[in-house]
Amino acid sequence: MSDMNQQMTAKYKNNFLKEIEEQAEMGDWVKMCMQCGVCSGSCPTNFHPGWDHPPQEIFMLIRAGKRDEVLNSQSMWMCTSCYNCYVRCPRKIPITHIMHGIAEYAYRIGRAPKNQPTLHLSQTFWNNCTKNGRVNEVQLTQTLYFKDGIADGIKKAMAMQAAALGLVKAGRLNPMEALGGGHKCKDIKGIHAMLAKAKELEAKRKGRTA
Amino acid sequence: MTSVVATNQSILVVGGGIAGMTAALEAAETGKQVVLVEKNPYLGGRTVQLYRYFPKMCHPSCGLEINLRRLKANPRIQVLTMAEVTGISGAKGNYSVNVKLAPRFVNENCTACGECNRVATTEVADAFNYNLGKVKAAYLPSDMAYPQRYVIDPSVIGSAEADTIKAACKYGAIDLDMKEETVTLNAGAIVWATGWQPYDAEKITPYRYGEFKNVITNVEFERLADPHGPTGGKILRPSDGKEAKNIAFIQCAGSRDENHLRHCSRFCCMASLKQTKYVQEAWGDEGKSTIYYIDIRAIDRFEDFYQEVKANPNVCFVKSKVARISEDKNGDPRLWGVNTEGYIRYAEPHDLVVLAVGMEPSVKGVDIPAEVMSDSSGFLMADPVNAGIFGAGCATNALDVNRAVQSATAAALRAVQVVNKVARAEA
Ligand SMILES: Cc1cc2nc3c(=O)[nH]c(=O)nc-3n(C[C@H](O)[C@H](O)[C@H](O)COP(=O)(O)OP(=O)(O)OC[C@H]3O[C@@H](n4cnc5c(N)ncnc54)[C@H](O)[C@@H]3O)c2cc1C
Ligand code: SF4
Ligand code: SF4
Ligand code: SF4
Ligand code: SF4
Repeated sequence: MSDMNQQMTAKYKNNFLKEIEEQAEMGDWVKMCMQCGVCSGSCPTNFHPGWDHPPQEIFMLIRAGKRDEVLNSQSMWMCTSCYNCYVRCPRKIPITHIMHGIAEYAYRIGRAPKNQPTLHLSQTFWNNCTKNGRVNEVQLTQTLYFKDGIADGIKKAMAMQAAALGLVKAGRLNPMEALGGGHKCKDIKGIHAMLAKAKELEAKRKGRTA
Repeated sequence: MTSVVATNQSILVVGGGIAGMTAALEAAETGKQVVLVEKNPYLGGRTVQLYRYFPKMCHPSCGLEINLRRLKANPRIQVLTMAEVTGISGAKGNYSVNVKLAPRFVNENCTACGECNRVATTEVADAFNYNLGKVKAAYLPSDMAYPQRYVIDPSVIGSAEADTIKAACKYGAIDLDMKEETVTLNAGAIVWATGWQPYDAEKITPYRYGEFKNVITNVEFERLADPHGPTGGKILRPSDGKEAKNIAFIQCAGSRDENHLRHCSRFCCMASLKQTKYVQEAWGDEGKSTIYYIDIRAIDRFEDFYQEVKANPNVCFVKSKVARISEDKNGDPRLWGVNTEGYIRYAEPHDLVVLAVGMEPSVKGVDIPAEVMSDSSGFLMADPVNAGIFGAGCATNALDVNRAVQSATAAALRAVQVVNKVARAEA
C-alpha cells in the first residue's frame, strides 16, 4: 500500500493540486474554488470540534500543497453527504463528491487515518456487497455491531431489536441471511469480472499500475 | 388619441432613466427629432429612487433637474410616459414601432394641486418606494416626478370613489374614460435603454427574504434612508419600527453565483460602502455597519472611497459569504458563517440585514421585440445583428450612473449616424 504512496509522491513531486486533480474523483474542480466560505459556514462538520477541516479549508490546503495534512484529515470521512455545501456553492462545485473522492484516494494509497469508523463501515459494506453481488444485511449489521467486542455488540443489537423485528415483518430483512442464505444474484462470476475490469480501466485512466 | 410626429429620420429612445434621457438629449441637441418612451408615469428611472449618489454623495434630484431643464428647453423631444414598446418591424433606417399607452386618467391640465389625493380613500402599494408603504389611489409618484402630473390607479375606475375624485378637480384634468391605446410610429434608429431591475431576493433561499421582515434589499434601504421615503428618512426596521443601529450588509446576494446571476454586478460593493455612510449620518458613533464580502470591488477611482469607509471605526469588514440567516425571538436576524480570514465561525445577530442584490436587465434580450444579440445574462451586446438598435445604460451591462451616461452618449452618436445616412439618401 505505501508503495502506492511513494509512487504518487515521486510522480507529482510537490504538485499536490495536480495529484488531486488527476487521482481523486472530481478533483479537477478544486481550482475553481473562490474561497467564499459558504461551504464552511454550511458544513455541519464545522460546528463539531472533532472534525478538523470544512471543505473550503481542504481546498485551500490542497492548493497550498499541504499533502500530509489533507490525506491524514478526518474531514472527508466525516462528511455526512448532507449536500448543503454543494447546493449553496456559487461555483456549483460538486463538493460532496470531491470530499468522497479524496477520502477514497487517501485510502487507496494507504494514507487514510487509522481506525477511522466511516472507513471501517465503507470497507465492510464493500466487501459484503461485492462478495455475493448483493448486500447481506444481517451479516453487515453483525460485523458492524460487533466491531468493538461482543458485549458492545449485544448492547447495540438489543437497542435495535424492535427495528429489526419490524424490518423482518415488512419483508425487508431475512433472518436466513445470518447463515449465508437470503437473496443472492444470478451471475456472481460476471459481477466479479465486471468489477475487475472497472478497476483496470480506472487505473489506466489515472495513469498508474493497479 | 395621442398623436406623435415621427419619421424615418427620427430616433426612438426606449426607457427614460438616466441613460435614456441622456441619449434623447444628446441626439436632440444635435438637431434630431426624438421620441422618448417610458413605462413609468415619470422620467428618471431607478436613480431617482436613490437617496444619494456615490462617489460625491450628492442628491440624485440635482442631476435630474439639470436634465429636465435641458429637456424642457428642447422642442424636438416628445415624451410618452406609461408607454411600452410592443413590436418593432422594418429595418435600420426605416423602423415601424408599436407603442402601447396605458391610461393615466389625468390629462395635461393637471396643476398638481393635490385635491384629488385629499379626497381619495383607497390605498394602493407605493411602487416608487418599492412597496414599503402605501399611497392613495390618486397620487403623484414622487415629489420630484416629471411630468408633475397625478395618476389615478385603475383599481378605483368605475367606483363611486372615482366620481368623487373627478369632482374634486377644479381644472377638468381628470378623464375617467381614457382607454389603453396603441400608436404606431416611425424611426430610423432606436436606442434601447430599459435599464435594470434588482435580482429577486426570494430566490436566495438561505437568506429568507420575504419571510424575515428585517431582511431587506439595498434598493429598499435607499428608500429607508431618504427623507422622502416611507419612514421620513429614519432608519427603522420593518418588523417593529425599532431604530436599526447595528446593520449587516451581505455582498454578492445573487451575483457571482452560478445558481443565480453569473456576473458581478459591479456597483453593489460601492452601494453598500455608500450605505454605511447613511448609517453613520443617521446614528453617529452608535451606528455600526458590518460588511460581509467575498472581495470588495471598488473599481478604479472608487478605491479612495473604499479606503475612506475602511478607516471608519464604526464599519467592520468580514471576509465571508454568509451561509444562512436565522431569526431570534426578538426579531433580530442572525447571520451564520465562517470568516475565512482565520477560519472563525460566527453566529452574529444584527438589527437589520441589507442584501446587496445585483442587477439584471429589466427587459432581457430575448424579450426585446426585435432580432438582437444578448449575453447569457440577457444584457444587450454590441453586434451587427442589432442593425439600427443600440443599447445604452444598464440594458447593456451592470453599470453605475457615470458609465451608464457614457454608454448613452455613445449610443446616441451611433443613432445619429444612422439617421444622417437616411437624410443624405433622401436629399
Ligand atoms: C442600491 C443601489 C444604489 C446605487 N447607487 C448608485 C450610486 O450611488 N451612484 C451611481 O453612480 N450608481 C448607483 N447605482 C446604479 C444606478 O442605479 C444605475 O447606474 C442607473 O440606474 C442606470 O440607469 P439606466 O437609465 O441605465 O437604467 P434605469 O434607471 O433602470 O432606467 C431604465 C428606465 O427604462 C424604463 N423601462 C423599463 N422597461 C421599459 C419598457 N419595456 N418600455 C419603456 N420603458 C421601460 C424604466 O421604467 C426606467 O425608467 C445604484 C444602484 C443600486 C441598486
Ligand atoms: S462554497 Fe464553493 S467557492 Fe465557496 S469556498 Fe466552498 S467550494 Fe469554494
Ligand atoms: S456534504 Fe459533507 S462537506 Fe458538504 S456540507 Fe455536508 S457534511 Fe460538509
Ligand atoms: S388631477 Fe386635478 S385635482 Fe388632481 S392634482 Fe391634478 S389638477 Fe389637482
Ligand atoms: S460589486 Fe461587489 S457585491 Fe456586487 S457582485 Fe461584484 S463583488 Fe459582489
